[in-house]
Amino acid sequence: MMNGIIEIFGYQYFVNAILASSLTAISCGIIGSYIVAKRMVFVAGGITHSSFGGIGIAYFLGLNPILGASVFALLSGIGIERFTKKADIRNDSVIAILWSMGMAIGIIFIYLTPGYAPNLMSYLFGNILTVNTADILFLFGLSVLVLLFFSLFYKKILFISFDEEYAKSQNIRVELFNYGLMILVALTIVLNIKIVGIILLISLLTVPQNTANLFTKNFKKIIIYSIVIAFIGSVSGLIISYYLNIPSGATIIFNLILIYLLVRLGKRLLKL
Amino acid sequence: MEKLLKLDKINAGYEHQTILKDINLEVKKQDFIGIIGPNGGGKTTLLKVILGLIKPFSGKIDYFFPGDFKDSRTFIGYLPQQVSFDKKFPISVGEVVLSGLISSGRKSTKSNSELNILLEEILNKLGMTDHRNTSIGELSGGQIQRVFLGRAIISQPALLILDEPDSFVDNRFEHELYEILRQLNETMAIMLVSHDIGTVSSYIKTIACVNQSLHYHPSNSISSAQLKVYNCPIDIITHGSVPHRVLHEHK
Repeated sequence: MMNGIIEIFGYQYFVNAILASSLTAISCGIIGSYIVAKRMVFVAGGITHSSFGGIGIAYFLGLNPILGASVFALLSGIGIERFTKKADIRNDSVIAILWSMGMAIGIIFIYLTPGYAPNLMSYLFGNILTVNTADILFLFGLSVLVLLFFSLFYKKILFISFDEEYAKSQNIRVELFNYGLMILVALTIVLNIKIVGIILLISLLTVPQNTANLFTKNFKKIIIYSIVIAFIGSVSGLIISYYLNIPSGATIIFNLILIYLLVRLGKRLLKL
Repeated sequence: MEKLLKLDKINAGYEHQTILKDINLEVKKQDFIGIIGPNGGGKTTLLKVILGLIKPFSGKIDYFFPGDFKDSRTFIGYLPQQVSFDKKFPISVGEVVLSGLISSGRKSTKSNSELNILLEEILNKLGMTDHRNTSIGELSGGQIQRVFLGRAIISQPALLILDEPDSFVDNRFEHELYEILRQLNETMAIMLVSHDIGTVSSYIKTIACVNQSLHYHPSNSISSAQLKVYNCPIDIITHGSVPHRVLHEHK
């Protein structure tokens, strides 16, 4: 077994996958903590799924799918932030419309694209083993950006998320922060699609955070624990998927949920 | 006395509805103004105009900042009527109180140990020392109100604005709250919206009646006849050595 593990680290694609997992853990750990604390999980789901429209159009035009996904994710993120402040349409309805519109556009354009779309499944379900050097560089840049933003503005992010109205009364540029954070959410989603795919991404943004929340109610600690838990879950999921020869994305997610359930159970047993 | 704030012919409201008409008011250092009036008369709107949360349709607000304040909002501490917040939000009592310093408006920046001392002082004043690391969601209504009062005063504002702080606290804290306010009034002006003018009348110094227009009453006692003249139909109030109210008959 040990030899086997050492052996798989000899493969470049496997090393890439481990690197990607750690970078994913950082960006999703931080952004997910924000999403969970602010109860924006449905928003994140909407942005993730709407980005499929961009992937479809990019396929049709022969462009880089991640570029298309970025445009759609950013537009829907900004759209949600904008429309949720207006009273004439319900917040969750806006999200559902963008969510399904993106999926519909994606399906139509992929259908219209001549020939077979070989990587399509990897966008829906992810494939961490296809991650290349460029992907890792992008994920690295994103992690640095997110880390920097949250270390510089940690207190402001916490206080604005807790009580927007009060922050406004104190002359804080709440809207600017909210848009900035929405852009980081959209970028995090897009760049992590390749790891676990559109359909499963939401759990990287919520499951480690809820596991962390079982240990602590401090926002900073939730962030740090989420990163560690996401990393452990991803790497162990990756190794398990390799040995059992099952899809990596699904294994990682299942693993994260298993960790959550075990921690919950363990906590309850220890209390008794 | 030193002026802090001057409202001049303010008209304000929401969308197309004018709620406040031709409001004039001066707030001075050491003022303790009780703001009364019927529901929907514009009490909260007035506070929001002063806080800069609503732009008036017309009229002018002048702020007179004492020394180390540099903008209009940061020299005001604000305790909203009802803070709606997520009970599960991961934030502690200490963090909420410290969030009163979120604004970069104050020139002096404090070191962590100074912040710590300041926080201890405020929590002590509010009787919340033991709850510094408690999650906000685990507190009772009265305790939550104390925490938000702490947030409003930690920046040592020149003017403290409170919107019906007694509306959901227990009786015991209500009395403590007004005692705390009396102490605070030594160093800051206070504007207090209350529906229960009977209880607050022994603490406030002057009264402003708000019902679309504003009538300023330069003492803490007011009669029903005056309220009528001021077009301010609220239940009250008779004054004596002990403030009391005449309630409706029990049925």
